[in-house]
Amino acid sequence: MSLAKSLMTKKDVLVLQDLLGSNKKIAEEIRDKLGEKGIHAVNLLSSPGSGKTALLEKLCERLRGRFRVGVIEGDIETERDAERIRALGVAAWQITTHGACHLEARMVGRVLADVPTALDFLFIENVGNLVCPASFDLGENERWVLLSSPEGDDKPCKYPEAFLSANSLVLTKADLLPHLPFDVDRARREALSINPRLRVFLTSALTGQGLDELEAHLIASRDSLRSARA
Amino acid sequence: MHELSIVASLVEILEAKAREAGAARVTSVTLRVGEMSGAVPELLASAFDAYKKGTIAERASLKINLVHVRPRCRSCGGSSWREAAGFSCAACGSRDLEVVEGRELVLERLEVEVDDDARQNRHGGRRGRPVRRPRRPSSARERA
Repeated sequence: MSLAKSLMTKKDVLVLQDLLGSNKKIAEEIRDKLGEKGIHAVNLLSSPGSGKTALLEKLCERLRGRFRVGVIEGDIETERDAERIRALGVAAWQITTHGACHLEARMVGRVLADVPTALDFLFIENVGNLVCPASFDLGENERWVLLSSPEGDDKPCKYPEAFLSANSLVLTKADLLPHLPFDVDRARREALSINPRLRVFLTSALTGQGLDELEAHLIASRDSLRSARA
Repeated sequence: MHELSIVASLVEILEAKAREAGAARVTSVTLRVGEMSGAVPELLASAFDAYKKGTIAERASLKINLVHVRPRCRSCGGSSWREAAGFSCAACGSRDLEVVEGRELVLERLEVEVDDDARQNRHGGRRGRPVRRPRRPSSARERA
């Protein structure tokens, strides 16, 4: 018999491992780290142009005197959003994903090295996209999904994952409602049918509608998280 | 289109699992993908085909077991839903539903090939590191 070809054995390996497990692990580490420092983090999700940055500008203006606020901005390109926040005297860090359609925990973790430890609120504005960011935990304490009135009241059932994964639904651009066929009740009903635990806020960054409630909610959830840790 | 990120993380796991098993290559991969996982099976398949080149899974085939959404009604315990103007329980109409299954994104199993030569070497080596085998006369090699 001549020199045998090297033999091979086939092996079946049962794994059952979550494909997003490594992202979840990093996210948990971030959540722990932020919790130790008493930082309350919010991840904002929505389609492009639904008013994430405008809402953050208004919330920063309201919170900045009494609380220490920071913003991480996720975009595919440009520092524009971070510059808008910095113009208010609030610290902002830009993550440019160069094509990636969502933020991942790893990216946030890298930026956190530069974030000062003394913060009360950290907002993370995700890349404008109502689909992909829903799958990635960033280590936030709460997740907001924004839906603006020009987008249409039928979006929750078309993009269920985003609404399923969020804690709050923030309806934006309420000032345009008189000019649009957007039915607030339908949007609310659809979103709640996907996720009955959603809190719903109806807001306008332009008129300030609903911002008192949103601010009160933020402060209350930070307080309850802090006392839970204490 | 975040399927490429998912595939990148899949290949990372495959390389680790193949190393653990002392395998030379991965020949088949089976995933469980929930309908509501946010990942699209077709896009996962094409992302895998593009990404696997030059990795341990270069020649691996991909099988995707789709997991249908299984809700549970918090009111009546029912497990089917209607999708009309939102989701509601098919039995009692309640909208208080919980998604029990259908959000998973899991590597279920993989099939690998272990080169027998490499395996013998590996076990002969210190701390599992491959070692060079001493030259043996061809008769011994034939017997082996």
